[in-house]
Amino acid sequence: METADHDLWVGRSMRRLEDPALVRGEGRYVADVAAGSPTARFIRSPYASGRIISVDGPVFSIVDLDADGVGEIESVLHRPDFLKVSQPLLARDRVRYVGEPIAVVVGRTPEEAEDLADEVIIDIEPDDDELVHGDVASTNTVVDGRFSTPDFDATMQSADHVISLTMTSHRQAALPLETRGASAHFDRSSGRLTMHASVQSPHVLRTALSDLLHVPEADIRVVAGDVGGAFGQKLPLAREDVVVAWLARRLRGTVSWIEDRTENLTSSWHSRDQQYVLSGAFAADGRLLALDAEIECDVGAWSCYPITWAAEPLMAMGELPGPYAFSDYRVRSVGTASHTCPVAPYRGVSRPSMTAALERLLDSAAKEIGVSPIEIRRRNLVTTFPYTSPTGVVHDEGSYLQAMDLAVERFDFEKFRERQANARKVADSGLGPLLGVGVSTFAERTGYGTPVFAQRSMGVTPGFENVEMAIDPSGFVHVRIGASPHGQGLETALTQIVADQLSVDTDTIRIIHGDTDRTPYGWGTFASRSVVICGGAVQIAAAKMRDRLAEVAADVLEANPSDIVFSAGRASVAGTSVGRPISELARIAHHRTGELRPETIKGLSVVAGYDPAGTFSNACHIAEVEVDPETGSVRVKRFLVIEDAGTLINPMIAEGQIRGGVTQGIANALFEEVVYEDDNILTASMLDYLPPTATEIPDIEIGHLHTITDATITGAKGLGEGGTIGAPAAILNAVSDAISHLGLAVNELPATPDRIRALIRGREGQ
Amino acid sequence: MKPAAFQYFRPATLDEGLSLLAEHGDEAKVLAGGQSLVPMMNFRLARPEIIVDIGAIPGLNGVALDHERLTLGAKVRHFELEHPTFDGPLAQLFATAAAHVGHLPIRKRGTIGGSIAHADPAAEWCLLATALDAEIVVQSTRGSRNIPISDFFEMYFTTAIADDELLTEIWVPALRDDWKTGFSEFSRRAGDFAVVAVASAVRINDGKVTEARIAAAGVAGTPVRLVNAEAALIGTTPDADVLVDVAEIARSEVDPSGDLHGSSEYRQDLVRALTRRALSQSI
Repeated sequence: METADHDLWVGRSMRRLEDPALVRGEGRYVADVAAGSPTARFIRSPYASGRIISVDGPVFSIVDLDADGVGEIESVLHRPDFLKVSQPLLARDRVRYVGEPIAVVVGRTPEEAEDLADEVIIDIEPDDDELVHGDVASTNTVVDGRFSTPDFDATMQSADHVISLTMTSHRQAALPLETRGASAHFDRSSGRLTMHASVQSPHVLRTALSDLLHVPEADIRVVAGDVGGAFGQKLPLAREDVVVAWLARRLRGTVSWIEDRTENLTSSWHSRDQQYVLSGAFAADGRLLALDAEIECDVGAWSCYPITWAAEPLMAMGELPGPYAFSDYRVRSVGTASHTCPVAPYRGVSRPSMTAALERLLDSAAKEIGVSPIEIRRRNLVTTFPYTSPTGVVHDEGSYLQAMDLAVERFDFEKFRERQANARKVADSGLGPLLGVGVSTFAERTGYGTPVFAQRSMGVTPGFENVEMAIDPSGFVHVRIGASPHGQGLETALTQIVADQLSVDTDTIRIIHGDTDRTPYGWGTFASRSVVICGGAVQIAAAKMRDRLAEVAADVLEANPSDIVFSAGRASVAGTSVGRPISELARIAHHRTGELRPETIKGLSVVAGYDPAGTFSNACHIAEVEVDPETGSVRVKRFLVIEDAGTLINPMIAEGQIRGGVTQGIANALFEEVVYEDDNILTASMLDYLPPTATEIPDIEIGHLHTITDATITGAKGLGEGGTIGAPAAILNAVSDAISHLGLAVNELPATPDRIRALIRGREGQ
Repeated sequence: MKPAAFQYFRPATLDEGLSLLAEHGDEAKVLAGGQSLVPMMNFRLARPEIIVDIGAIPGLNGVALDHERLTLGAKVRHFELEHPTFDGPLAQLFATAAAHVGHLPIRKRGTIGGSIAHADPAAEWCLLATALDAEIVVQSTRGSRNIPISDFFEMYFTTAIADDELLTEIWVPALRDDWKTGFSEFSRRAGDFAVVAVASAVRINDGKVTEARIAAAGVAGTPVRLVNAEAALIGTTPDADVLVDVAEIARSEVDPSGDLHGSSEYRQDLVRALTRRALSQSI
């Protein structure tokens, strides 16, 4: 944790404003709103593929939705290789994955809803149709991205070393602590629909409800109160949310749905079901000259709105080159539909697996070429900025090399190699764990707005954020934002920005979010964007507000606005003691406007927007692991992060983001795996899906660098996903290092004890 | 995640409880600590019509060790065995095994009788009962009977307890001080069910093994005694090399089926590793 050495709020580890209510158990989640209301329960497919013969029982099905003219979800990407499908809100004619919602019942209580669901008889004729959308497509390929630099072939042929590997990333689930859920209320008096939902983008949900239910957006209010984690899983539109809204209107009352954990594990969104086949062309000195990549992403049975099912493959294609400077790149990245739960962005979006693949490639090359993992990265990291990648992605200035140098210095490799050698001697006698160390370096693209999303040709282009700011007559600052934090501490961070800009106390600031009736249209919180984009908009708005206050103060103090300075809640004439508290100026601006010049705008309200092109933060992760060669189990002994996210608005919150991300990265590396067998999901409960507990996670050591660029107006770079991006690579490299003396390496996520043991067993048999 | 409707009884005496079981037979389920039954009911994997909560029945919670046996009441909670009031080689074994049962809140509520009656083949108590040749005491309105452990576990989640019977006590033969015990478990995370666990008890006189009991959990539908490994150990002067050999025999005498927590070969590997680790505590 860092402390500020100045009077500003930005840079202080201020305690989170969000936490007191949460730790008292007084948060307001959807389930708190839903308590006591009629409950919907979905009847889901037990088959991966089949034809629906009949649905009998006290249910609503697609027939009822069709009768009401309810629309279908269409996520659009304007690319010739993109497969567009139209998704009914409940299965029509066919089921396409285990867990797909077919029908819905409504009971007075959750118990009654489950009893009613038991009475429903659904007749499905299962089949093994290989095509997931055979009605509209003759292929399961949903996107087929290709890219090559002109000199790729020549560069590959000229290389001294070509190193290849296949990296398999098994499927993972985001697993938010709070599952999805919605509580919709139709108000008979006003005809309005109020929808409390556990989502990341309340405004986008409002638009989707309007489009699908044919209700004016003006008559829909979406509220995302406290949201207990999302990690991307609550970004795409949930079919269930729309059905619940439709039910509330149909039944002219309240209907709620709280997803249970089995539904969350089987029917919410999955991610990271990917394979990377890489070949790197290296010069004799270890410089990477060219990279060839074949990427396959299993995207499940349906696309996701509005991001689309091309999100993972195209992210992988565009950003695989990472933090390394090389000029030639050829890639083919294919998204394939399957009879499994649909895939959507999860914290990191392809980057955890692509970074694992590339970082394993670098370590493999280092071993082959005979340089250290540190040295091969030193020879390849980008050091000249701005840097444009082979795919045209522009990196603003970062500290790629400095972050690694600092991490390496803190880790102390020399001492570690001694301990590792000793451990190997002991392990040779069969009685002790092996030790390994792994490094990963990466750059994290964050805070990107319309300029980047527009390049993706999405039918819906997210990006900007707007802020409405007002000071009320009592001097309190109302900040209405379109971002929608769900655990990140954004209220606190934005409060710090406003407090500095207006020189007011933090307890006079209210950040208002997650309610479409009270906030300007925005895109919500995802993609490590909110501090950068919404924070930028807040800073612009606050500067405008300061100008407005200066005008009011100038009138009252008979001075020029340019001579007004702000300090400790007062506006004063520079160089004098003549001034007024901002709270008094606020009262004057509303109630005593006669004291102002006629041309001065009355009241205190401003709007501002921000829509930047994005910025790269960067980090180096180092993991030390212990591998038990007899059981194959891995214990993370030490985890070190050196992160550069520019200006840290609140270092404590930044470090919380890093720790949470690294924890999910360790989960990805060693524990969590969604398992299907013949398209039947085996990991349908917490008995079989294994997130690590506190016992499995080490203390995470963090250090910061601060490269400030003009890519963002606050100086802050996003860092919400970095932990998940770098950790799997560092762990895989560490495990591979631990078993390298056996001639082994592990290129599979997660590296489960069973898999590691299988590698070692294979070696023992020789 | 809400259970199907059921009728709930909380008998105040053992006789009343046994009468309820006699009356309702296989429609009734006994509720003790609820750590397995309640989740299964919430998933609606179990849908008992009748719940007989034995929480108010007096007794059934004694822990007593004499020269002949350790007698454990069915309602003794895991936590009590993690901090045993008796001592000797059994105390060490029970305390070590109990620490592997779930998490603290589970250990505070769950009972040894419930665990053994539930018969999860990876459960620590089922393993210890098997390793230690326990007898299971069951009662019904028809009377009381003792079931030797070799006849008790039939397959996954299935025991020899009849529908009208209640498990009331577990009898574990006492071990004299010339026995030493060992326990080694592998689970993916702290608090998980074992992938494989091995319990051992070894009697050494004049430097030689005279009796040995070794059992493994997580390798079959019930815990299994590793009789070949036991035979190989008896008569030896146990040192590190002997344990490696015995562990290899243990590995080869199990034939586990694989599942998503471990392939067959992997479980065999674990049997070898854990047998050696358990035995190294027992010599």
